[in-house]
Amino acid sequence: MSILRAIARKTSVCGLSAANTVGRSFYATPSFTSATIRCLSTTSPKAMSIPTNFPGAVTSLYTEKLDFIKEYETIPTYRVMDIHGAVIDEAHDPKLDSETLRKMYTCMLTLNSMDGIMYEAQRQGRVSFYMTNYGEEATHMGSAAALTNDDVVYGQYREAGVLLYRGFTLDEFMNQCYANELDYGKGRQMPVHYGTPKYNFQTISSPLGTQLPHAAGSAYALKLAGKKACAICYFGEGAASEGDFHAALNMAATTESPVIYLCRNNGYAISTPAKEQYRGDGIASRGHGYGMATIRVDGNDILAVYNAVKEARRMAIEEERPVLIEAMTYRVGHHSTSDDSSAYRSKQEVAEWQQNHSPMVRFRKYLEARSLWSEEEEQAFKKDIRTKILKSFAAAEKVRKPPIEDLFTDVYDEMPPNLIEQKAELDRIMKKYPEFYDQNPHAPSRQ
Amino acid sequence: MFRHLAAKICTNSIVCTNKCVVRSASRFYASGPPPAGGFLPGVNESKFIMDTKEKALANPELAAVKNSETKKLNLYQAVNEALSTALATDDKAVVFGEDVGFGGVFRCTMGLAEKYGKHRVFNAPLTEQGIAGFGIGMAAVGHTAIAEIQFADYVFPAFDQIVNEAAKYRYRSGGQFDVGGLTLRMPCMAVGHGAHYHSQSPESQFVHTPGIKVVIPRSPIQTKGLLLAAIRDKNPVLFMEPKILYRAAVEQVPVDDYVLPLGKAEVIQEGTDLTVIGWGSQLYALENAIMLAQKNMPGLSVELIDLRSILPWDAETIVKSVNKTGRLLISHEAPQTGGFASEIAATIQDKCFLRLEAPIQRVCGWDTPFPLIFEKFYVPSAIRCADAMERIMKY
Repeated sequence: MSILRAIARKTSVCGLSAANTVGRSFYATPSFTSATIRCLSTTSPKAMSIPTNFPGAVTSLYTEKLDFIKEYETIPTYRVMDIHGAVIDEAHDPKLDSETLRKMYTCMLTLNSMDGIMYEAQRQGRVSFYMTNYGEEATHMGSAAALTNDDVVYGQYREAGVLLYRGFTLDEFMNQCYANELDYGKGRQMPVHYGTPKYNFQTISSPLGTQLPHAAGSAYALKLAGKKACAICYFGEGAASEGDFHAALNMAATTESPVIYLCRNNGYAISTPAKEQYRGDGIASRGHGYGMATIRVDGNDILAVYNAVKEARRMAIEEERPVLIEAMTYRVGHHSTSDDSSAYRSKQEVAEWQQNHSPMVRFRKYLEARSLWSEEEEQAFKKDIRTKILKSFAAAEKVRKPPIEDLFTDVYDEMPPNLIEQKAELDRIMKKYPEFYDQNPHAPSRQ
Repeated sequence: MFRHLAAKICTNSIVCTNKCVVRSASRFYASGPPPAGGFLPGVNESKFIMDTKEKALANPELAAVKNSETKKLNLYQAVNEALSTALATDDKAVVFGEDVGFGGVFRCTMGLAEKYGKHRVFNAPLTEQGIAGFGIGMAAVGHTAIAEIQFADYVFPAFDQIVNEAAKYRYRSGGQFDVGGLTLRMPCMAVGHGAHYHSQSPESQFVHTPGIKVVIPRSPIQTKGLLLAAIRDKNPVLFMEPKILYRAAVEQVPVDDYVLPLGKAEVIQEGTDLTVIGWGSQLYALENAIMLAQKNMPGLSVELIDLRSILPWDAETIVKSVNKTGRLLISHEAPQTGGFASEIAATIQDKCFLRLEAPIQRVCGWDTPFPLIFEKFYVPSAIRCADAMERIMKY
């Protein structure tokens, strides 16, 4: 019996309308029998309907039942396609134009190919670090396609696809990973810490969860400025355990900020399985606690992600409220190049997800069924993109490192006296000990 | 639960604080049990307080507003005046924090929500990391976020947001993004009965963080000018307000819009024998200490410097002064070990080694948590500072 029906049965015995009870309380107790007995024996329906006047919970009614809420309805996972790429309910097919659909798919292929090459490059010691996006390509492209360039993006680190979809070029990715002179970040941060105002993508930082309250603040600013845009904030289910998750969702809700919180629940935070991360119903179940519109989607279903983000964006902007989306997926790759995930999960488990639940295979089947893609195109595109990536890769590797003065600039808008002094000291040391400070790989001063 | 409790204590203590500031200030500086002679009866008797329009406008740093009217404001009113000016002159400026909507627990935001709208002056949930993070997000898209942390003692939950995020935002993005529009205001320093969590001076915890600025004013005129400068500065600024001065310090403050420079110390009394540095309310203890020291050492000429900006700090002014006097005393309320006096002392011994005629002395809080009933024995009082001056001069 469904929970809602159980409530209807129970409350009708007590003479209360089911609609009233359901509307008042999200939570339902499945202990139907015992609750009914108590309800019949001790509670007058009239007494139950008296509203309390506590300012902390203005819509609460009194009850004479001692009921701890222990079980909750599990939030369902919204999907549009089945695992074979067939649309289940035609009304939910967003019917995107062929150009958009093909862009979404080719971006997935590009990201996948870039990940493969960069992962190997790190293994060869050519870049210091890398993090792949395997298995999560649909959350990136599905959400990116539902947004506009006016929407401010805050990522965690596994959202390169969003930036790719917005137009960030292969060269731009490579320059960042190589920390060369052309890197917009001036070679200061680790690889995959991308960012650019050109695509409204705030620069990634390593501390987890810190970007969540930033997104709320940016969204509030967009609202004040009267912009028809929202902020979107990506984060993993592990990061959702940080205090900043709580701070951010609460602040976003109370300030009625147009922000979409998109959680990538891929089952693992490095080695820690979700079961050791939380004991509630994932991340989505927390949305209600913050008074936020919430949905859980199949993160491997690009159309489900698209629909959810599209509607979330509309609600966020038009209704001036934050929205929480939990995209269920699976981290197919290792956490990073510093991690061997076979130390804590079986290769079979990974293979099962890779083979049967690939978001790319699923989307490809959808496209092929509509004659928007073919095996020939697949092969040709893969070959072509591989060539392009390797070309960008080789080019980025050859670019000089940033000028050494970039070590000291941008700490403040202007260099304070202590930094001017310290820069002069490094110059003196480099001059005195040139054999220890090879400046040749670096570009000359920008001035 | 504990935080909730803390908030309640704060709220209760506000009422108490507001009544007690003057009383505790005067107790500190004047009435008895009688301190050693030479104490000024209160902050308002300080010669560094500008109690007339003429005195206020004589400051060369205020040349730009030398024709301004002035009005009598205490320090919290000066904060209010600066916030109001910031909101009036910048459409993108907002003021928020715990309890700022009704005027703030120290009255600093009185009337602002009514005047500028609840969307620009609003309460935040009780979350310091959320407040700092939210302000960073506003600033990251070009808005001006003026956030309040109710007490500097409660800034630590926001430490990660300040140190790892705000401070590094510009640097890590290669200058593509910055949060220069962020200012975090927070009441700091001793208040007579604040104990562990209503008395702290956490400035040195932050000066180890490149990328932020830290500013502490000493008076209403300084507060208005420095706060407006902090709000308009293109870098994130922590603005720490000595809460004991909120009501105790009253000056004639220029009505017109003005700023005072960040990163610049101010020589507030010239002298030739000894350089003394302090900031915030400690300057009034130092003023008393100088009077006491002069009683025992007639003719002693002390140069008193208000550091004002703790980061970046004005080493040049201090070096110039110590090269003249050859002696240096630094005093702050925060504990001695790892306190900012250490940084000043190390820098000055490096730059003025040949000119120093005595070891640099630090007179600071003891290396303990800030205690309740022992406050008088804890603080770097005028007596302790005067004693240190004597030791330096007799070295």
